Amino acid sequence: MADISSIFAGIKSPNPFWLASAPPTDKAYNVVRAYKAGWGGVVWKTLGEDPHVVNVSSRYGAYSYKGNRVAGFNNIELITDRPLDVNLREIKEVKRDWPGRALVVSLMVPCTEESWKSILARVENTGADGIELNFGCPHGMSERGMGAAVGQVPEYVEMVTRWCKQYSRMPVIVKLTPNVTNILGSARAAVRGGADAVSLINTINSIMSIDLDAMAPTPVVDGKGTHGGYCGPAVKPIAMHMVAEISRDPECAGIPISGIGGIETWRDAAEFGALGCGTMQVCTAAMHYGFHIVDDMIDGLKRWMDAKGYATIEDFRGKAVPNVTDWQYLNLNFKTIANINQDLCIKCGLCHIACEDTSHQSIASLLEDGTRKYEVIEEECVGCNLCAHVCPVESCITMNPVDNGLPYLNWTQHPNNPMRKQAAE
Amino acid sequence: MGTSNLTKDSPDISAGRLDLSEYAINFDDAVPPLNPQTARVEANRCYFCYNAPCMTACPTGIDIPGFIKKIATDNLTGAAVRILEQNILGGSCARDCPTEILCEQACVRNAEGESPITIGSLQRYAMDNGLDGMPHPFTRAETTGKRVAVVGGGPAGLACAHRLAMLGHEVTIFEAREKLGGLNEYGVAEYKLANDFAAREVAFIMEIGGIEVKLGTALGRDVTLAGLRAEYDAIFLGLGLGAVKALDCEGETLEGVYNAVDYIASIRQAEDFALLPIGRRIVVIGGGNTAIDIAVQAKRLGAEDVTLVYRRDAEAMSATDHEQEFAQTNGVTIKYWSRPLRIEGVNDHVTKVVFEHTGLDTNGKLVGTGREFVIEADMVFKAIGQSFVADPLKDSEQSLLELSQGRIKADDEGRTSLGGVWAGGDCVAGGQDLTVESVQAGKIAAHSIDRVLRK
Ligand SMILES: Cc1cc2nc3c(=O)[nH]c(=O)nc-3n(C[C@H](O)[C@H](O)[C@H](O)COP(=O)(O)OP(=O)(O)OC[C@H]3O[C@@H](n4cnc5c(N)ncnc54)[C@H](O)[C@@H]3O)c2cc1C
Ligand SMILES: Cc1cc2nc3c(=O)[nH]c(=O)nc-3n(C[C@H](O)[C@H](O)[C@H](O)COP(=O)(O)O)c2cc1C
Ligand code: SF4
Ligand code: SF4
Ligand code: SF4
Repeated sequence: MADISSIFAGIKSPNPFWLASAPPTDKAYNVVRAYKAGWGGVVWKTLGEDPHVVNVSSRYGAYSYKGNRVAGFNNIELITDRPLDVNLREIKEVKRDWPGRALVVSLMVPCTEESWKSILARVENTGADGIELNFGCPHGMSERGMGAAVGQVPEYVEMVTRWCKQYSRMPVIVKLTPNVTNILGSARAAVRGGADAVSLINTINSIMSIDLDAMAPTPVVDGKGTHGGYCGPAVKPIAMHMVAEISRDPECAGIPISGIGGIETWRDAAEFGALGCGTMQVCTAAMHYGFHIVDDMIDGLKRWMDAKGYATIEDFRGKAVPNVTDWQYLNLNFKTIANINQDLCIKCGLCHIACEDTSHQSIASLLEDGTRKYEVIEEECVGCNLCAHVCPVESCITMNPVDNGLPYLNWTQHPNNPMRKQAAE
Repeated sequence: MGTSNLTKDSPDISAGRLDLSEYAINFDDAVPPLNPQTARVEANRCYFCYNAPCMTACPTGIDIPGFIKKIATDNLTGAAVRILEQNILGGSCARDCPTEILCEQACVRNAEGESPITIGSLQRYAMDNGLDGMPHPFTRAETTGKRVAVVGGGPAGLACAHRLAMLGHEVTIFEAREKLGGLNEYGVAEYKLANDFAAREVAFIMEIGGIEVKLGTALGRDVTLAGLRAEYDAIFLGLGLGAVKALDCEGETLEGVYNAVDYIASIRQAEDFALLPIGRRIVVIGGGNTAIDIAVQAKRLGAEDVTLVYRRDAEAMSATDHEQEFAQTNGVTIKYWSRPLRIEGVNDHVTKVVFEHTGLDTNGKLVGTGREFVIEADMVFKAIGQSFVADPLKDSEQSLLELSQGRIKADDEGRTSLGGVWAGGDCVAGGQDLTVESVQAGKIAAHSIDRVLRK
C-alpha cells in the first residue's frame, strides 16, 4: 500500500492528517485520544500569555442547508482558556509519550518582541516539533491587536516571523488569515520573514444567521451576537483558491503548505495535496463526527493512491498546480455541449427550466406520446454547465467536448480584445 | 375480556375482546404524522420539479412542489393555504388518498429507483401544523344574490359548497344524515381519519360562511328535485352511492351477515370501541377498499381469524397493492380465486360459508372450477361494491336525469342532462370512487355553476 508518511518543514508524521489548532487539541486528554484514533499530528490549541482569556456561552453557530446540519460552522471562541503552565506541562508529557506523532504548538501573544521571545523559550523546552503562529483568529483577539489584526498587515507578519526564527530553533509555520483581499500579501511576507511553512486558511469573518425572534446574530449571548469565524465544508472552495494562489506564486515557490478549510474526507485531502499541500489540517469534521473519521481519510487516501499508482504523497503533491491558470489563458475555442442520457433521465424538468429561464434556451421540453422528454438543442448550447449541475441524477447530463477543428486561442490573442498581443511575425 | 362458553355451532360474537388500551392504539392514526425534523428532511428530498408530474397526477391539481418548498422553508401556513386553494379537503385527502396510485406514483424519484417523496404525509404535516390559531384562510367574493342547493354533504358536496360560497353565492346543503361529511364521516376507515378528523374538517369548511345546512333532509323524501329547481338558481347533486350490491347467493339473509359499509358506519360512530360486538372468525367477501377496511378493522376489534375472499387475483383487486399488504400485515388472510356458493347457518345464524375455487376459461371469462371449500364464520361481511340509488331523482316513475352505467350522466364540468342541475362525486359515472376525485368534481362544478349564474 502507498506510503503516506510525511515530512513537513522537517516535522515527521506517519500520515499527513493533523488536527488543526482548535478545541479538539485543547488539552492532553483530547490529543491522546486523537493519536489513539490515528491522527498523524496535532497543532495544539493556541497558547497565549497569562492571565488566560475567558470564553462566552454559547460559542458556536452552524449553517444548516436543506437538512444538512453542519454545511458550515462558526465560532466565537478565543484561544485556550487554560493557564499557560498547565498547557506546557501537558504538551511536554504528550510529546514524551508519543514521539512518533507530530506536535506543533500554536501561539498568539501581543505584538512585541519581548512577548514572543519569552514564550518561544518555554515552548521549545517542551520538546514540541514546531510552532504555528496564529495570525488568523478573526474575532476577540484581533480587537486586542493579535490574530487577524497582525495577519492582515504584511509588515507585522514579516516582523513577527523574523522574531520567531531569531529566538527559536523550531520550524515556524505561519497560519494565514483569509480575511484579506489578496492572500499573497501575507504569504509573501511570511516567506520574507523566513517562515518554514505556511498553513491556511483560518476562519472567515461571518454572521451565521439572525435569530428572527431575538433579532440578533446567532449564537445569541444574552441578547447579543457577534461575527465569528466561518469554517467547515462550505469554506473549502475559498481555502483551495488561496492555497493555489500561493502554490503558483514564484515569490512563494517551494514554501511548504499545510492545507486547512473544510477537509472532511480523503478526497478533500487529495485535492489539497494536488494543489501543493504537504499536510492537511482538520477541525470541523472532527468536531462534527469525532476522531475516528481519520480512519477512512487514511484508508481512502492510500487506496486512491494505489489505484493511481502514487507511491508517496510527493508523487501527486502539486500535480494540479500547473493546470491552475489565469482566465485569460483559457482556450476560447474549446467547446463542450450538454448531453442528456435519456435512460438515466427522470424527467424532472429542472435542466429545461434552468436553461430556459436563466441560460440559453437550449433544452426543449417535449411531450412524446404523453411522456415528458427533455432534449438538448445542440446549436444553441453554449456549454455553460448549468444543466449538468442542477440535474439531480448523477452523470445524467455530461458535457461532451466537440471537435470544431479550431486552434488554441486565448483572450490575449482574441480579436475582440483591444489590448491583444499581436502574434510575432 | 369477552369469553364465551358456547356449543360448537353457536356463534362466537362478543364485545370487549381486547384491553381498553389496545383499542386506543388500534384506532389511532395508522400512519403516524411526521415531526418537524422528518418533515424537513423529506421536503428537502423533493426536487421542486418543473411542471411536476406529481401535480398532474393529483386529481385536484395541488401545487405539490410549491407546498413542499414552503414546508422546507418552514412556511407551514403558506403550505397549507397552497394545498387548500385546490383542495379544501386537503386534510382528509392527505390521510386517505391512495397516493401510491396517484401523486406518489408519478414522482420522478421512482424513476431513480428511490422511494417517492411521501407527498401524502407532507400534505398532512402542512395541514396539521399550518393552520393553528389562524382565521379561515379564504374570504367570500362580493355576494351575487344567487342561491344554490347542494344535495349531499359528502366530499363532493362540501367542496362544491365551499367554492360556491367563496365565489359569492348563497348555498344550502341538504343532507339526509344527521352529520355532514359523507363517507369521510361514515365510511373511511377509523384509523385513517382518527380522532374525529372528518367533523373537524367540516367545521373548518363551514367557517367560510354563506352555507346553510339542513340535516336529516333527504331528496326524494323531504324535498323533490322539482321543488328545489323552483326555489334555487342551481342545484348540485353529490349523492354518493346509496345501495350495497347483493351477493345473490343462498343464506345472505342469515343473522350475522352484514353489509360492510353499515358495520363500518357503526365503528365510525362508536363512542366506545369496546362495546362493538365482533365475531371470532370473520369472512369478508369482496376486493375493494371497503373489503380491506372492514377486514382490518374487524381484526383491530379483536377478531381472531379474518379471511378476505376475492374471486380473482391480487392484480385485479381494486384495493391497491399497498392496501392488500396493509391488510396482510394486520393479520388478515387474503384468499384469491374463490367465490361464495352459499352461506350456511344454524338457528338462523351464520356458521360457515361454502366457497368454490374459480379460474378463467379459454375466453378469459371467470368460471367456477367445481372444487368447493368451507370457511367457518361467526360473522360475514359483504363488500362487493356499492351502487347508485336513482329513486330520489324520480318524478313519479320517470328519472328526470339521464343515467349512464347506473349512475348520473354528467359532462366534464358536471352538467347533467337537466338544465340547472350539476352532479359530481361517486354518484356520477366514470371515476374511481375516491375522495379526492369527488372534491375535484365538486370544485369544477362550482366554477361551472358560477359561470352560468354570472351570465
Ligand atoms: C368503506 C369505504 C372506504 C373508503 N375509503 C377510501 C379511502 O381510503 N380513500 C379514498 O380516496 N376514498 C375512499 N372511499 C371512497 C370515498 O369515500 C368516496 O369516493 C367519497 O366519499 C365520495 O364522495 P361523495 O361526496 O361523492 O359521496 P359520499 O361521501 O357518499 O357523500 C354523499 C352524501 O350524500 C348524502 N345523501 C345521499 N343521498 C341523499 C339524498 N337523497 N338526500 C340528501 N342527502 C343524500 C349522504 O348521506 C352522504 O352524506 C371509501 C369508500 C368506502 C365505502
Ligand atoms: C454566473 C454568475 C455570474 C455573475 N456575474 C456577476 C456580474 O457580472 N456582476 C456582478 O456584480 N455580480 C455577478 N455575480 C454575483 C451575483 O450578483 C451575486 O453577488 C452572487 O452570486 C452572490 O449571491 P448569491 O450567492 O446569493 O446568489 C454573478 C454570479 C453568478 C452565479
Ligand atoms: S450547457 Fe448551458 S446552454 Fe447548454 S443546455 Fe446546459 S444550461 Fe443550456
Ligand atoms: S434535469 Fe436531468 S433528470 Fe431532470 S429532466 Fe433534465 S436531464 Fe432529466
Ligand atoms: S415529482 Fe416528486 S420530486 Fe418532483 S416535485 Fe413532485 S414530489 Fe417533488
